[in-house]
Amino acid sequence: MLQLVIFLVFGALCVAGAVNLLVQRHPINSALSLIVVMASLAVEFLLLGAEFVAAVQVIIYAGAIMVLFVFVIMLLNAGEEEATKGSRVAMLLGVPAVVVGSGLVAWVLVEHSSAQSAEALLGAPRTIGWMLFHEFLLPFEITSVLVLIAIIGAVVLASRLDTSTPEPGSRAAQLDKMGSVGQLREAGSPVEPVGAQNRRQG
Amino acid sequence: MVPLSYYLVLSGILFACGVTGFLIKRNIITIFMSIELMLNGVNLSFVAFAAHWHLLSGQVFVFFVMVVAAAEAAVGLAIIIAVQRNRETLNVDRVNLLKL
Repeated sequence: MLQLVIFLVFGALCVAGAVNLLVQRHPINSALSLIVVMASLAVEFLLLGAEFVAAVQVIIYAGAIMVLFVFVIMLLNAGEEEATKGSRVAMLLGVPAVVVGSGLVAWVLVEHSSAQSAEALLGAPRTIGWMLFHEFLLPFEITSVLVLIAIIGAVVLASRLDTSTPEPGSRAAQLDKMGSVGQLREAGSPVEPVGAQNRRQG
Repeated sequence: MVPLSYYLVLSGILFACGVTGFLIKRNIITIFMSIELMLNGVNLSFVAFAAHWHLLSGQVFVFFVMVVAAAEAAVGLAIIIAVQRNRETLNVDRVNLLKL
């Protein structure tokens, strides 16, 4: 009985966070409500006996990934979302379709699945670790390679690639916006080409 | 005890919210967060089925899903930074040329 109450409370919190993610227009608010969803999901995992998964959920998801999200939102200075024409049509058609579809799936699940309750299966870190390094050793090693590739890819994508011939649109426009080129022009000093500046900075 | 179907319904609701956000949102970062929401819904059903069938493999799978989600988040956010740098917008409607 107590478990059902805990499930309902944190499930409601979870759904409220997920709906709030959709309603909010500013990405930072969406990120904060996603953290609420992940934290209450960790409680649901604990309720199912998955201690290790709950801890990893808090540490990796709510800790690492969401910090990365919030950091990128602040780094890019993301403002409020602009409403577009297409989004209204998608909202009018998509939201009722999703409500109907999920209601149908929920009805089928509640009505036709076995009434057997999901008992807590203790997933202690020791047991999970034993399985990870015996049964799932090869997938574990493959994920380590995947993470390595992801690190390299992230560094390559996010770093400023120093091209010897800069496109006229991007680099020069950015420098102009920062005012460096404009100030140089006003001071009367000869403006050196953008590529030379970049090469010296790099 | 909580029936298995309740967990599956909650996981379905989370997944549906993720799909809805993916479709109606226009900010590229919010779309990315909707994908994370979908992954979380799937994780919940993995753990619920692991408890139902008394198999710990489900919880190990959740661990793998989390690792892949972390890698995806790192690469995706780097792509978002590159898009912002080249196009100076985060609106997906304006990023329509598939060319950075």
